[in-house]
Amino acid sequence: MRLSFKNNLTMNCRSELLEVTVEARQVEESILSLLHTILLHRSTGKFHYKKEGTYSIGTVGTVDIDCDYIDFTFVKISSEELDRVIKKAVVEFKDALNISGSDGIGQISLEFYQKKKSRWPFSDECIPWEVWNIKVNVVNLANEQERQICREKVGEKLCEKVINIVEVINRHDYVPKMPTQSEVDNVFDTSLREVQPYLHKITYQITDSLGTSVSTTMRRLIKDTLAL
Amino acid sequence: MDSDLSTQDKKDLDKFIKFFALKTVQVIVQARLGEKICTRSSPSPTGSDWFNLAIKDIPEVTHEAKKILAGQLPGIGHSMCVEISLKTSEGDSMELETWCLEINEKCDKDIKVSYTVYDRLSVLLKSLLAVTRVTPAYKLSRKQGHDYVILYRIYFGEVQMRGLGEGFQTVRVGVVGTPVGTVTLSCAYRTNLALMSNRQFERSAPIMGIIVDHFVDPPCGSQRPANMGQPCNYRYPVHKATDDDDGEAFAGVQDSQEVCTTSFSTSPPSQCFCTLSPSPSKLSKALPLDNPQFPLVPGLVTHPLLSYQPAVLAGTPELCHTAANPSQTLHAGKEDGVLHPAQPYHGTEAHLTVEHMPNIPGSRGDNDIFSHSGEGRRSTSPSDLVETLNALTRKVGAFVNKPNARLSATMDLPFAAFAPRGLDSEDNDPMVHPPDSPSCMSPLQASLHSQGSDGSGQQDDFVMVDFRPAFSKDDLLPMDLGTFYREFQNPPQLGSVSLHISSQSMADDLVDSLPEKLAIYERNIDEFDAFVDMLQ
Repeated sequence: MRLSFKNNLTMNCRSELLEVTVEARQVEESILSLLHTILLHRSTGKFHYKKEGTYSIGTVGTVDIDCDYIDFTFVKISSEELDRVIKKAVVEFKDALNISGSDGIGQISLEFYQKKKSRWPFSDECIPWEVWNIKVNVVNLANEQERQICREKVGEKLCEKVINIVEVINRHDYVPKMPTQSEVDNVFDTSLREVQPYLHKITYQITDSLGTSVSTTMRRLIKDTLAL
Repeated sequence: MDSDLSTQDKKDLDKFIKFFALKTVQVIVQARLGEKICTRSSPSPTGSDWFNLAIKDIPEVTHEAKKILAGQLPGIGHSMCVEISLKTSEGDSMELETWCLEINEKCDKDIKVSYTVYDRLSVLLKSLLAVTRVTPAYKLSRKQGHDYVILYRIYFGEVQMRGLGEGFQTVRVGVVGTPVGTVTLSCAYRTNLALMSNRQFERSAPIMGIIVDHFVDPPCGSQRPANMGQPCNYRYPVHKATDDDDGEAFAGVQDSQEVCTTSFSTSPPSQCFCTLSPSPSKLSKALPLDNPQFPLVPGLVTHPLLSYQPAVLAGTPELCHTAANPSQTLHAGKEDGVLHPAQPYHGTEAHLTVEHMPNIPGSRGDNDIFSHSGEGRRSTSPSDLVETLNALTRKVGAFVNKPNARLSATMDLPFAAFAPRGLDSEDNDPMVHPPDSPSCMSPLQASLHSQGSDGSGQQDDFVMVDFRPAFSKDDLLPMDLGTFYREFQNPPQLGSVSLHISSQSMADDLVDSLPEKLAIYERNIDEFDAFVDMLQ
């Protein structure tokens, strides 16, 4: 993981923003549900290339997940490896959000990119073609009744977000074309055993309650320290 | 347009659309079974998973969908629809949503059939998986059971949305352009979940005001409608789907058909109604070992959700399904009358109160409970129960203060037979004024000494118990325990206990006799000293 600012390198990259307001304990599940819904659509079975440029595709299974703190059920791809990677990223984001303060605002981004081979000594270029930004507002609730209402409301909101995701996906905007065997690693993440999502990375950005980003705060601290 | 499409592409496209329609039905129906779905990914292509998605097929659903399609494909003006509805134990039904797969005239001639269309149809199926979990019917289906079941109906032709009520919402799952038209998948779902009773008997209160405890059977019989269904339990063997499943063995269909013939109802020719019922031969069939990755089946086995209706030749237009649960009831949802699969504690509490009401004379809230339970599955009418309560309150209980009531052995009074007769006032109450003589014959005495006593005639309804209190001997004192107690409950005081007499006499004696005693002791002092010396 690294802190990074959203930066679209190409004009073809489309960016979608999903905003949710949740309680602290709902952060993880709400983000996981949205990321998995996106990855469900942006993953295929494993490619098996045959002779004459043909290939066959493996089968993708799905799993229903009931949230513990939200009245919501989402569908994710059946892949433990992918689950671990996504959960690790979300937990890091959640922890960073907790450290920043109780009313912190954060944004976690799922970026799909494809690699463009460059000649030596230049490294391969990562060209994003789709970015999903999930902005999270964390609120504190006073009592159990509010939490129960929040549980239902957040569930309804996530239902709307899923429908938003589906609408975007089914516009069938640009997606990388199916690669040849030599190019498959430039388009898909072939490191997983069971499924093959498009190349992607997850980044996040935290804004504390003062409205400043963590990186800005760190720079200020360093400057103050050096000034002494 | 079709002429631009090669024969192979046309054939492939028809196949894609056909199996997409079948898989669409499977996804929708399985999402309404009430269980979580879990399928495994397979890195190697199996050759049997259409659109590279692990969507297992319920054979009955596939069979019915094929029957509906009857060899034709969804086309322009011919949509395939899956209707999801809810049916309560009271027989009320409500359409929840309608999923529609249609093809319009907008064609995309440049698109590649072999992969692009196939891939986009796969994405559309994934979208369907996601969207089926976010419509309101999903939560209802997850909580179905004794109170209501979820039904599905497949039909071909024009989309019917009138049953969704006012203000229904629509969501478009997605579109896929093809050379022969654009495939569109959408859903219209009900937003107003208030369920109103359509029944014609008695009251017209909303169903959601009813609270019925499904754990307790009505005391005086059931008023459930004759066609009230029961949840279904079924098992089905997991078949490996092949690309061409025309030759697929499907023994389960025969069983369901046999059962379905007994529960047909009329339906438009273009509709297919099917009732899914358990197939005894399939109940204990084990899962194939080569498909261990389908834990969905145990969930399907135990869950009473799925129900649909087969092609009907004649009968009533009502939906009917055969299930096995004899006690379906309806839970009250929130007070606003909206249907919610709410917790049953309201119904349990109310019904328990009704159940125990006859044991609590003079209990309050009878009318309130009945007004709250409205059209519940009551076996007794409110007026009957109130009359029962009134009758109970008239009875004299053992602990009820009824001083003016004439006691008689025929009254429902514990030990009434033992009570004295002819008592109208407190003056005659033997508890207050014990009788002077034991000549009054008590019922107990009569029973002990004479079978033909006057009291025995009045004691025919009572079982006489030979009452022998401890340490009592009837031959010495011929009286019953009560009389004995009354006679000796106020014994005279002991003379020595009486302070005002004894204390005075003792003092007087002391004063009078003390000097004499002292004189005697002084005269005999020598003898007393000798006595003391002897003791030492």
